[in-house]
Amino acid sequence: MDFSFYFDLPLWIRLTLQGLAVILVLFPIAAACSMAERKISAWIQGRPGPNRTIPPLLAWVPGIWILQKLGVFQLAADGGKFVFKEDPVPGGVNKFYFIAAPILAMIPALSTVTVVPFGAYLDSAGKLVPIVLANVDIGLLAVFAVSSLGVYAVILAGWASNSKYPFLGGVRASAQLISYELSMTLSVLPVFLWINAPGGQGTLSLFDVVQFQSQPGFWGGAWFVFTMPLSAFIFLVALFAETNRQPFDMPESESDLVGGFHTEYGAFKWSLFFVAEYCHMIVGSAVFILLFFGGWNPLPWVTLTDSVNALAGVLPFAAHPLFMGALGIAIFLGKILFSIFFFMWVRWTLPRFRYDQVMNIGWKKLLPLSIANLIAYTLGIALLHK
Amino acid sequence: MAVIQVERKPLSLAERTYIPQIIGGLKTTLKHFFQPTVTLQYPEQRPEISKNYRGVPTLVKDPNGREKCVSCQLCEFVCPPKAIRITPGEIPADSPHAHVEKAPQAFDIDMLRCIYCGLCQEVCPEEAIWLQNQFSMTGTSRAEMVNNKARLYELGGTLPDQHFKWDKKKAAEEHGNAH
Amino acid sequence: MSSDILFYLFAVLTTGSALAVVLNKNTVASALSLLISLVGVAALFVLLDAFLLAALMVFVYAGAVVALFLFIVMLLDTYGGDRKPFKKATIVASAFALALLVLGLMTFTRRGSLETSVSAATTEVVPVGASLRAYGEQLFTTYLLPVQIVGFLLLIAMLGVIVLSKKFEGLEDVK
Ligand code: SF4
Ligand code: SF4
Repeated sequence: MDFSFYFDLPLWIRLTLQGLAVILVLFPIAAACSMAERKISAWIQGRPGPNRTIPPLLAWVPGIWILQKLGVFQLAADGGKFVFKEDPVPGGVNKFYFIAAPILAMIPALSTVTVVPFGAYLDSAGKLVPIVLANVDIGLLAVFAVSSLGVYAVILAGWASNSKYPFLGGVRASAQLISYELSMTLSVLPVFLWINAPGGQGTLSLFDVVQFQSQPGFWGGAWFVFTMPLSAFIFLVALFAETNRQPFDMPESESDLVGGFHTEYGAFKWSLFFVAEYCHMIVGSAVFILLFFGGWNPLPWVTLTDSVNALAGVLPFAAHPLFMGALGIAIFLGKILFSIFFFMWVRWTLPRFRYDQVMNIGWKKLLPLSIANLIAYTLGIALLHK
Repeated sequence: MAVIQVERKPLSLAERTYIPQIIGGLKTTLKHFFQPTVTLQYPEQRPEISKNYRGVPTLVKDPNGREKCVSCQLCEFVCPPKAIRITPGEIPADSPHAHVEKAPQAFDIDMLRCIYCGLCQEVCPEEAIWLQNQFSMTGTSRAEMVNNKARLYELGGTLPDQHFKWDKKKAAEEHGNAH
Repeated sequence: MSSDILFYLFAVLTTGSALAVVLNKNTVASALSLLISLVGVAALFVLLDAFLLAALMVFVYAGAVVALFLFIVMLLDTYGGDRKPFKKATIVASAFALALLVLGLMTFTRRGSLETSVSAATTEVVPVGASLRAYGEQLFTTYLLPVQIVGFLLLIAMLGVIVLSKKFEGLEDVK
């Protein structure tokens, strides 16, 4: 099959199609995550979770009760509710910023995914090509840059609501996000120092990180989580804080702030915040997997190319680039879903940290730890390349 | 009693990183994740309600099918939120229960007012009103939430006690022994 | 051509929101205008193929610095209250500064040095701000001294902040 007709299309059409594809993929995954969250919380707590809703029109379909038990229709009903519900704007809010905030929340959430590669395939020349919307050299920096804008949605929502709890939530969120951004950035530096060690390419591209983890040999095939466990740990903790997930969900912390920054929001605007949070989680775990868990490589020391070549011996169609691309995406998506499950698992296990604990962990523990980690690896890499 | 000062042990390094505890917690929740659910599918499966549960107040009959209430209106009087309305009535002379003083003509308990305090049951001299194990009252209008006499007896059923106070009284009268 | 249009678009956006920073009555709105202005500058960097600088601009300034500004504005003054009207001296001083700036630009353009520097830049193959490697090499070779000096300045500022904000117990004479 030839896809060259696609690349002959004008650029703007391609960009529009790719953008639409992102929205069409990310939105359902985010929505499914919200249902998964309810189901996982239910199972952890020994409940069945939502399992009743079913449109009467479909009730006759045999086997549909499985979907019903999984709460799929509940998800659709909830989504529909958000769209059709009255969307009130409380009196006394700053209308412009109040409405701008949820939109601002969506922009970074949806745009960071453009620089995240999902998979790779071998082109006819035998070269590995990433499947990514925009393969930029500064990949990781672009993700960090754009996702750091997400804090404004929270601050603005809190401020524009003209109400005390959202305001406190917004202030907490901004402090927390800024604090943990530092350790997050510092924790990934060793990875890139290693890749860009003298003689390396000089890049921040996420695709190259995965490439680096799929080299032959014992050290080449090791995922970074084995060679840099501390970096991975710091990154994971900072990721929890950056996505405002338990145990760091200070901005929302419903026991002391009602609903945090989105207390005054309802219906569709609230659902935008909700979807944005899940998009952040998806993109965040995607980056985490690319950096430390070998991206689309199925197992450590087993690369995608190897496994496709091995499969091609048994199944002839496996050599097709389309199959390889699909397999890569499937493996990567599987890893992302597991990581999201981990997020939820942690959320329904741990209590929330107190706010001063959050700040202490961020500034007095994680930051010095990540600096020490950076120095240690810098020295180590310098010695290795002596 | 002597006050015992319990020394607070300093946390070990591992404890201060929170990690062992977090892993322990994750293990526990994962175990629960794979365990069967412990909840009831409510409208289909009903919970076992204990015999002495005090739910919706109801009226009961004795084993002979006589309504025990003699409409003394004590419950109406005692009911704190004034949920009970009783219209006393005479028992027709040809009824087999004609020897009983009175019976309610109408007996309404407004379940939107009732606070399930059980005072009516406590005050009733005839043990005619009982808070039983009916625990869910729903309706789509205010009128539906008022239990009338027929509904109260339907909910209440029969109380299998063997007192037959009024029959004994009648028998005693017939033997010329009014008290 | 289309990049020309984009340049004018972002230039207008940048300068317009920069003006809004100064003129806005509401402090929070001012901070947000600053944010837009910085994003506009980042877009201009993109038009110059300086992707790295653009990303850094968004990451550091738009992502962190303005967030800190907003944070402080909100801490000090809950609802971003109104700014006081300008003092006469401020207006005079800023008009003077603007005149100086325009004058400086005029001399540059009149002497044609902008012209030559632009043509000199186009002969370079890799724009310095485009990739990590080119940028890093420049920082550690051509611009080593300025980088060190700026770093030293920042260090001094940081120490100053620590000294100012820390409470020294038993050292009353320090204050
Ligand atoms: S239920 Fe009992 S207390 Fe109430 S009127 Fe009847 S006999 Fe009297
Ligand atoms: S339970 Fe209490 S409130 Fe209800 S009817 Fe009896 S006395 Fe009234």
